[in-house]
Amino acid sequence: MAGRRARGLNPVSLSLADKAWRVNWVLVALLCLIASIGVLMLYSAGNGSLSPWSQRHFARFLAALAVMLAVALVDIRVWLRLAYPAYALALALLVAVEAAGMVGMGAQRWLDLGLFQIQPSEIMKVALVLALARYFHGLNAEEIGRVLYVVPPALMVAAPAVLVMRQPDLGTAALMLLGGAAMFFVAGVRLWKFAAVAAAGLAAMPVAWAMLREYQRNRILTFIDPERDPLGAGYHILQSKIALGSGGLFGKGLLEGTQSHLNFLPEKQTDFIFTMLAEELGMVGCLALLGLYALTLLIAFAIALRSQSLFGRMLGMGVAITFFLYVFINVAMVTGLVPVVGVPLPLVSYGGTAMLTVMVGMGLLMGVDIHRDLRLGRHGEAITS
Amino acid sequence: MASKDAVSRERLFTRRALLLGGAQAVLLSALVGRIYYLQVVESRRFRTMAEDNRISLRLLPPQRGRVLDRFGEPMAVNRQNYRVLLNAELAPNAEAVLAALGEIIPIAEADRRRILRDMRRRRAFVPVTVRENLSWNEVARVEINAPDLPGVSIDVGQTRFYPHGPAAGHLVGYVAAVAENEVGGDPLLEMPGVRIGKSGMEKVHDVPLRGRAGRSRVEVNALGRVVRELDRQEGAPGSELSLTIDMALQSFVTRRLGEDSGAAVVMDVHTGEVLAMASVPAFDPNPFTTGVSARDWDELLRNERTPLVNKAVAGQYAPGSTFKPVVALAALAAGAIAPDHRVVCEGHLDFGDTRFHCWKKEGHGAMNLHEALAQSCDVFFYETARRTGIDRIAAMAHVLGMGERTDIDLPGERPGLMPTREWKLKATGVPWQQGETLVSGIGQGNVLATPLQLAVMTARIVNGGVAVRPRLTRELFGRDGGFVPRQAEFGSVGIPPAHLERVAKALDAVCNSARGTAFRARIEQAGMAMGGKTGTAQVRRISLSERELGLAKPADRPWRERDHALFVGFAPVNAPRYAAVVVIEHGGGGAAVAAPIARDILLETQRRDPSRRQPRGERVAAREGA
Repeated sequence: MAGRRARGLNPVSLSLADKAWRVNWVLVALLCLIASIGVLMLYSAGNGSLSPWSQRHFARFLAALAVMLAVALVDIRVWLRLAYPAYALALALLVAVEAAGMVGMGAQRWLDLGLFQIQPSEIMKVALVLALARYFHGLNAEEIGRVLYVVPPALMVAAPAVLVMRQPDLGTAALMLLGGAAMFFVAGVRLWKFAAVAAAGLAAMPVAWAMLREYQRNRILTFIDPERDPLGAGYHILQSKIALGSGGLFGKGLLEGTQSHLNFLPEKQTDFIFTMLAEELGMVGCLALLGLYALTLLIAFAIALRSQSLFGRMLGMGVAITFFLYVFINVAMVTGLVPVVGVPLPLVSYGGTAMLTVMVGMGLLMGVDIHRDLRLGRHGEAITS
Repeated sequence: MASKDAVSRERLFTRRALLLGGAQAVLLSALVGRIYYLQVVESRRFRTMAEDNRISLRLLPPQRGRVLDRFGEPMAVNRQNYRVLLNAELAPNAEAVLAALGEIIPIAEADRRRILRDMRRRRAFVPVTVRENLSWNEVARVEINAPDLPGVSIDVGQTRFYPHGPAAGHLVGYVAAVAENEVGGDPLLEMPGVRIGKSGMEKVHDVPLRGRAGRSRVEVNALGRVVRELDRQEGAPGSELSLTIDMALQSFVTRRLGEDSGAAVVMDVHTGEVLAMASVPAFDPNPFTTGVSARDWDELLRNERTPLVNKAVAGQYAPGSTFKPVVALAALAAGAIAPDHRVVCEGHLDFGDTRFHCWKKEGHGAMNLHEALAQSCDVFFYETARRTGIDRIAAMAHVLGMGERTDIDLPGERPGLMPTREWKLKATGVPWQQGETLVSGIGQGNVLATPLQLAVMTARIVNGGVAVRPRLTRELFGRDGGFVPRQAEFGSVGIPPAHLERVAKALDAVCNSARGTAFRARIEQAGMAMGGKTGTAQVRRISLSERELGLAKPADRPWRERDHALFVGFAPVNAPRYAAVVVIEHGGGGAAVAAPIARDILLETQRRDPSRRQPRGERVAAREGA
């Protein structure tokens, strides 16, 4: 095993060359493959043209790849130390955005980074995973069993989720809540607490319902009964299912998707790109892409499991779970299994924001892998026993 | 911070991570199952739905068949209608384009507002009609300026045109937009701009004239815009309809009827082919194809001379003395009068408490059947009708085609009325009075007939007793082959030829004996002489005081109260071929007003002799037209 062989190295201070040697190039290759499927599908979405989407998607991926490697090479202790400040910054930005939105000057919703535009909610996705990993890293087994110690991380999840839901961005809120819950689970929080929260959640349903916007309620109602409004809110889901189903086993061929190219399919370059792939490349194409995602997840799990530090394990797990949730919610949404909530397909959907978030997450995951032998104390200090 | 604690936490983490991984595997499998269900199990259904989305069926309207007269003269044709269309998608600044267009061809302000409103309402790629019926000059001007008019295009449509206007209006009828309740099964009728026959022959033969719509399958996008045509199936143009009418004769008849209100029918006595059928005043069918304004329509409806009614088939008139041949034949058939039977006319006949007047105040003297018909003696027919009885007269009238619809292939025909005892009791609850039989004997009272019925009656008397029926359709010729309405073998009316001959001789004498009522309107050209019968039908009962005061002169009465002038005639008298009927509403005396018109019509008919002239090969013409 590579891990055993690398024991000989000093895990506390790795040289840059050591780190480069430890980069999981298989994972990088997988991500490149997935992104090139995105480039291909966006070429089709542009009716056989590199502009406006395909080319830009490619450029963004290259930039995001560089960012990912940079993040991976940074010492993991730096990330551990930055976890809480990053979370605080993201939360402050979310509040600012909320406040700006309230005064009706919501122009500064986006932070412009040239190739990418970042929303505070995207920063929060990464910051939340970091902060939760940091928090659970600092607890011992006994503390985890206590109710009192579960309250702070619960608030850490709830605060941004509520803010994001008010934006309103149901997809991101769902990602945060489900991702957070999964991290609680692997951290060892007792199962009865989940049951209690679930019960509380059920009780709070009417309140949540009242918080939802009209169109969000419609989406949920339409999901429950698609026939309710076949030409209105149900139209997108119906057209998506038609496109998917009509693709059959082998698809209609690239650029030959009638539903996509005659604009029956909404948002074919972003949230519904999986449908387009399904229509043009058929079930074979769907399984190939899902296979790549599954392999990516498998590697992410392996990285998380073999990390020597709890922080690394929690961080790796958090990234893996978020990545899975992206894929699952998007595909389940376009196949009509869950309501349409606006979650992109990682690395395939057009959109710089989501791509950068995913790649930064992947960078952290690789960082965990590179620093897998580093054992960390309660406050992030290296333990060299 | 015992390492024991760390180890147990690591185990817990690993266990839970694997559990989570298992859950993710299950969820991913669920996605694969869902995809399998959609793409394999339900694939066929979704493929159909995708095709339904993508493919739209467009109908290609067929060209409507022409209507021709018996010699191939067009009576209803299709004309190219040039329209200017404006496509909003190609004209970002529609107002500026319209302003520029307005300098080339006139556009009314109301039209301008309608166009801008339509453009806002419709999807951008659906063109809006700016103006229709452009002249060739205007088309040329728009085409020349096309580069400065983005989004403007010229489109050619078809509109129905009736070259003879009012002269054939009642016959040909007109087409107009489909009403909601007429749509029925034919998808062609749901197309915008499609028009169907609403009256006349356009209505009778509407379905074969329409033709069959072609179909074009096109691929459309989600907005409904056509992306490309997938395939096309051409339709078939409508059949061409050839009528029995001789349009030149029809025009002549219409002209000859002139400004009066009335009708005339010319018919072949052997075949029943209607050669001319005019009703005046008439309407011009051309404006109807695009829609008549409410004001014009109101005017047509309110006109007391009823231009919308085809009086030849829907006008019901007391036949007056033109009914006398029917009474004569009924009396002969019943044996009610002997061949040498005579009645002395003293100018009136007293029956019960009532005095029945003859039109000739001083009386005709002793009259036999021949003289009584020739001189139209009323007293003779009072007496003859009394002897025969109303039911026998009615039976004879039916044999000769009166009192019931002739079933001519034209909509709106009315049945006339031939009263009987039974009818009177049923209709009014009052028993038949003998006096009514006398009045019916001179074609007054309740007796009503249409001009067409009178033509049929005349024809059946002079054609040797053949129960001829009138018709207007000669031939329908379409891509699927010709269709000639079955020429029914006409049966015999069952009247002894000797009786018919006697009456025909008397009708000859009406025109060609010095004492005949129509002697002054006789035809003098050799071999073309006509026979016939005059009739003057009272519209209003003349009271005794008026008679004595001499106020009975028609010219002194208001138009609506004047007598109807009638004449039924046939020619040539020695070998009858054509029957003609003229009815002039409130025209006055039959001999003075109707007979001269009938004479001119029969003379012109014999000159043209449409029944004997071989119609030009219109089958060939029809094929070329199709």
